Amino acid sequence: MKWKTNNLLFIHVTRVVSFLILAFSIYLFFAGHNDPGGGFIGGLMTASSILLLYLTFDKRKIDEMLPIDYVSLISAGLLIAFGTGFIGLFIGDPYLTQYFDYFTLPWIGEFELATAVLFDVGIYLGVAASALVIILTIAGDQ
Amino acid sequence: MELLMSVVVGVFFMVGTYLLMTRSLIRVVIGINLLSHATHLLLLTMAGLKTGAPPLLNRGETEFSDPLPQALILTAIVISFGITAFTLVLAYRTYKVNKTDDLDQLRGSHDE
Amino acid sequence: MMNNLIILPIILPAMIGAILVFFSKSQQIQRFISVIAMTAILIASIWLAIDVYNNGMRVIALGDWPIPYGIPLVADMFATVMVLLSAVIGVCCLFFAFRTIHPDRERFYFYPFYFFLIAGVNGTFLTGDLFNLFVFFEVTLLASYILIVHGSTAFQLRESFKYLAINVFSSMFFLVGIAYIYAATGTLNIADIGRRVAELEQDGVLNVIAVVLLFVFATKGALFPLYFWLPKSYTGPPAAISALFVGLLTKVGIYAIIRVFTVIFHHDLSFTHHFILVLAGLTMLFGVLGAVAQYDFKGILAYHSVSQVGYMVMGLGIFSPLALAGAIYFMVHHSIVKAALFLFSGVAEKITGSTDIRNMGGLLKTHPAFSWLFFITAMSLAGIPPLAGFFGKFSLIVPGLEETHYVVVAVSLFVGLLTLFSMMKIFSHSFWGRQKHSSTQANIKTGGLLITIAPLVVLTIVMGLAAEPIFFYLLDVAHEILDPSIYIESVLGE
Repeated sequence: MKWKTNNLLFIHVTRVVSFLILAFSIYLFFAGHNDPGGGFIGGLMTASSILLLYLTFDKRKIDEMLPIDYVSLISAGLLIAFGTGFIGLFIGDPYLTQYFDYFTLPWIGEFELATAVLFDVGIYLGVAASALVIILTIAGDQ
Repeated sequence: MELLMSVVVGVFFMVGTYLLMTRSLIRVVIGINLLSHATHLLLLTMAGLKTGAPPLLNRGETEFSDPLPQALILTAIVISFGITAFTLVLAYRTYKVNKTDDLDQLRGSHDE
Repeated sequence: MMNNLIILPIILPAMIGAILVFFSKSQQIQRFISVIAMTAILIASIWLAIDVYNNGMRVIALGDWPIPYGIPLVADMFATVMVLLSAVIGVCCLFFAFRTIHPDRERFYFYPFYFFLIAGVNGTFLTGDLFNLFVFFEVTLLASYILIVHGSTAFQLRESFKYLAINVFSSMFFLVGIAYIYAATGTLNIADIGRRVAELEQDGVLNVIAVVLLFVFATKGALFPLYFWLPKSYTGPPAAISALFVGLLTKVGIYAIIRVFTVIFHHDLSFTHHFILVLAGLTMLFGVLGAVAQYDFKGILAYHSVSQVGYMVMGLGIFSPLALAGAIYFMVHHSIVKAALFLFSGVAEKITGSTDIRNMGGLLKTHPAFSWLFFITAMSLAGIPPLAGFFGKFSLIVPGLEETHYVVVAVSLFVGLLTLFSMMKIFSHSFWGRQKHSSTQANIKTGGLLITIAPLVVLTIVMGLAAEPIFFYLLDVAHEILDPSIYIESVLGE
């Protein structure tokens, strides 16, 4: 996937915008706890920001910059998601039971910690990686 | 509103089924996609439209609409997303290997 | 705490599948992990079956959400029988795959999707929620799409595209059926639907939903007239995958039909179950006629599995305890025997290099052990006593006569005769007659392959000899199925 054109404007806008998208995707991911958002949509947005990098720069360059095997990342995400379900088993509750509590942390104030976030991390990784795998597979075929 | 949605769903099903029965691979894929949209709309419509505010807590609302169909549709969209991606790749590979996208020529004979 | 045992047959293969992705480069590690995992799944399934038999139905509300709002997993005796069956077939096909699957395929995520398929199949057997059933259907199907196209020959690509299009179409209709049910009853928990359907006095709406869902499950289970996709899709992939599909995938459809038409749609038996009975007769007849016309080893077997789907559904259509026990017995028998026969077709292909029985001959002389094992299995399929197939058919025909469904009984007897005929056709073409394979091919050792199939052959003999205790157990299962209030009360906890 080598691109002949070297569009200056495109490259410079991407450098800023892709990180804005990445930041917004992380915001969406955490907003998903009580508001619209969550692992799925956050993962898709992360994938789109990385994809923008792939579109703008060379595939080889990005592969060097992010030496991640996305297929392994999918299964890592799945394992995290499935694995979180087992937390409840140790206390004797059904599979996938979620727990949350409020803690008071220095500087931040009252803060909620929930096991559902861990599950969502798994979904986030799985969705982001599988979206990238799908698109890169189709695009990489000559 | 329900009536309008029913008509829309009907049209989607009609177009989707028509495309599914055409001879080109890519049209079949588009047909599958349209059918999945039709079913998602149908799920939403069958549960009743606009029965209350969005199902979000701490917004000062008292009447909520049913969140279950939305959760179902989200799941169904995720699944159809995966299936569509796979179908596209499969259609592309089929086209590459068999060197045609005409389903009539992909029918195959008995002596294989 | 013990209730969490139910999730093991689902979550274990799913997690193992995810772990195996990391080791896709190393054949040895993948095989090592998958053997251990499959054994663990088998042990978990046996444990679950014994536990449910002794202590009654187990229900778990996932995430501790109160039923009927949350998703329950329900392990009743019927479900545990099916889970055990899937584990047995899974073990045998896995060992056969070790010896036959091409190393390139092993590297290209064969084992992960094998385990995802098993996870999906077990999920469909154990779930107690209609939408969750759809999700597990899709997990199973997605894994099956990938396994069926594995290797991407032109034939496989062409046939699997059709397989995919048909299955996606019927999945859409599953969602349509779910939408209708949700509109009519306001719930998706199977037990809760069953309870509310009894209060709902609108047979017309229910019949529409019943037919939509029957269409969906009939497509997945290959009932007449929706079986046309099956023969070619099952002849494309290697024998280990075909055997796994024929043992598990069609059973998923039949299981869903039996589950839905006993718990939910039993309001209008003269319409729905009579309709099912007609379909069963037609499926048997057309499937076996297709088989008689075939000369492809796998093709004959694939058409036979269509015809035998008819027997299983016939048991549901007759709707008496013995008939349902017979249907379940037949499902188990058919999975075992048909998986074994498909694996035998793989052995024959390995020896002669072809799947066309006209290109085979004289295997009896060069490979006697293989031939006699095949003969036993084929006779079991044809229904020769004292093998399992006989008791399966007998227990469907007796209640059929008791309930005066003479036509379908006559059809099933006729189909049994044609089954015997086409099994003899395979045998006389490829095992008797002039030797058509070369002497180097005659020296190919098949011992290692046969050892992996032998457990299935032993099982069909044991199922025949121990038919009486098995039927006592299955009659318990059938009574449990026929009284939906047991299922509904244990799930809803009333």
